[in-house]
Amino acid sequence: MNPIYLDNNATTRVDPEVVAAMLPFFTEHFGNPSSIHAFGSQVGKALKEARQKMQALLGAEHDTEIIFTSCGTESDTTAILSALRAQPEKNTIITTVVEHPAILSLCDWLEKEGYIVHRLRVDRKGRLDLDEYRSLLVNNVALVTVMWANNETGTIFPVETMAEMAAAKGIMFHTDAVQAVGKLPIDLKATKIDMLSLSGHKLHAPKGIGVLYLRRGCRFRPLLRGGHQERGRRAGTENAPSIVALGKAAELAIEHMHHENTEVRRLRDRLEQGILSQVTHAFITGDTASRLPNTSNIAFEYVEGESILLLLNKQGIAASSGSACTSGSLEPSHVMRAMGIPYTAAHGTIRFSLSRYTTEEEIDRVIAAVPPIIAQLRELSPYWNENGPVENPERAFAPAYA
Amino acid sequence: MWEYSEKVREYFFNPRNSGPLEEANGVGDVGSIQCGDALRLMLKVNPDTEVIEEARFQTFGCGSAIASSSALTEIVKGMTLDEALKVSNQNIADYLDGLPPEKMHCSVMGREALHAAIANYRGETQTDAHEEGALVCKCFAVDALLIEDVVRANNLNTVEEVTFYTKAGGGCASCHEGIEEILAKVKGERSGPGEVSPPMKPIAPRAAPKLTLVERIRRIEAVLASVRPMLVRDHGDVELVEVQGRNIYVHLKGSCAGCMMEAATLGGIQQKMIESLGELVQVLPASYMPAETSC
Repeated sequence: MNPIYLDNNATTRVDPEVVAAMLPFFTEHFGNPSSIHAFGSQVGKALKEARQKMQALLGAEHDTEIIFTSCGTESDTTAILSALRAQPEKNTIITTVVEHPAILSLCDWLEKEGYIVHRLRVDRKGRLDLDEYRSLLVNNVALVTVMWANNETGTIFPVETMAEMAAAKGIMFHTDAVQAVGKLPIDLKATKIDMLSLSGHKLHAPKGIGVLYLRRGCRFRPLLRGGHQERGRRAGTENAPSIVALGKAAELAIEHMHHENTEVRRLRDRLEQGILSQVTHAFITGDTASRLPNTSNIAFEYVEGESILLLLNKQGIAASSGSACTSGSLEPSHVMRAMGIPYTAAHGTIRFSLSRYTTEEEIDRVIAAVPPIIAQLRELSPYWNENGPVENPERAFAPAYA
Repeated sequence: MWEYSEKVREYFFNPRNSGPLEEANGVGDVGSIQCGDALRLMLKVNPDTEVIEEARFQTFGCGSAIASSSALTEIVKGMTLDEALKVSNQNIADYLDGLPPEKMHCSVMGREALHAAIANYRGETQTDAHEEGALVCKCFAVDALLIEDVVRANNLNTVEEVTFYTKAGGGCASCHEGIEEILAKVKGERSGPGEVSPPMKPIAPRAAPKLTLVERIRRIEAVLASVRPMLVRDHGDVELVEVQGRNIYVHLKGSCAGCMMEAATLGGIQQKMIESLGELVQVLPASYMPAETSC
């Protein structure tokens, strides 16, 4: 049986056309784009084209606003540290409690270094309170960094509005758009967003390539110094094959944008309806009114996520979970906890993330596979009786010691 | 994904002895839904012989939690209660051909459930308040609470000392930043408000009165005796082989021999030797001793 890959928010398959585009840059076009000779200049031309394709996908005003980096994390780190170093008189960052660890870990560290970090809370559907946000936009804020869409639930944040609000107070705005780029139409020139991070491997380009969009005129300090590459804003010899690949992936993403928001969305909705109509005590997490079209996060109560994943994997189905056990920590996903999802459900959250390769046949196989797995695990669970949760589960099973 | 052994996978995919046991007369509930692990162990004990005739489990948890629970029921069936009480979490892990370090707590939960079920059968009450903190050292599965307790109880000040007492930080070194944070936290508690933390101890030992050879050996033996309990706890031991000037040669025995922590163990002993003898010495494995130069 062919395996079914529904973990596209973790990483995606590199599109065969992308592979074909990048391969010559390992062989005949191996030159260093900085060189004067013909070997180099061919590569330089290819990089320029890739930059323009990325400019088109992001709707950036100038192609020079695109800085190629090694990954989303590097782009995030560069953006945050740049904002702090370029504005030494400011000491505060505003972010959210549900950001990716690339942002949260760095902010935790900066806090230890003496910076002030405000983390915006979310409600039960994962939405931000813009009034709280407005009240925090004061003079000493160096940067607002808010993700465009959440990786676990797909919930979309109103970053365009939030960037307007920050700009009105003269505050820089960065967005981690790793999950949004390629799935949502983006037109940066029509927004007040100053910086944006993206990662190639989330949109069918290879791993190890990312982009930091930097609005012309935005004050900037490089993270890596030591060369004139990327106009001195990111030193280090260009990863030419991957940059070319990312350019091709950007071009394909534009072509598939309509498909992503119609067919992929239809399959995602079919998956959710198919599962929820058969499994009781399960619900969708996140803001169903404003979500990425490819992402579905379902909480299955009274069962544990890693067990579900192992049983799915046995049938060749790949997904991911917000349970504590899949991460090796003792707490379930910070995103689920931030939304106030009860522990009985947070440990049993499963994220299915589709791509343009996902087929209806695959979705139907998953719809058939999930209900028996949940039933099997609930049979093992001390929180479950034959047909439903034990009455008052937290009290019925109250261990002598934990 | 975790690297589970074939046996863990087998016991997860086809769990033995799952489901409620109506005629159970000893039930142990441990874990909590907050932690994502909860286990109910049900035993049917023969009141005359105290033999566990039947054991079943219900588990909310990950693959290794379910496998550990199932393995536990297989292990204890047919045992007397006194035999069952000797089952350690390592026995459960060994039965499954090992568990990933992050998952060792699954086997600990199994042992706790067993103790709770036996206590329940005997009408005793469990008072153990076992707590577990976030995993700090992944190489040796040491959690934050344990490190904090040990740092507090032994007044530790450096990462090296923590490694010597708990093993934490002795492997890949990626948790040293985390250990430093715990040390800083405990240090903050120690000094309290308004107090100034004591100045750092000078690294070079103060000039000590010259010791006779016998006094030196006695002190060396005393240091070894002081660390022995810790080594014995890990099924190891240490023995003095020879003292040549500044070099003290020892022989590590039992599980200490060839352990990947050997260097850290010797380093810790060396630190104590330096403090006790008041001079700079090197503690080396006996194998480093130069070949006999006798005439």
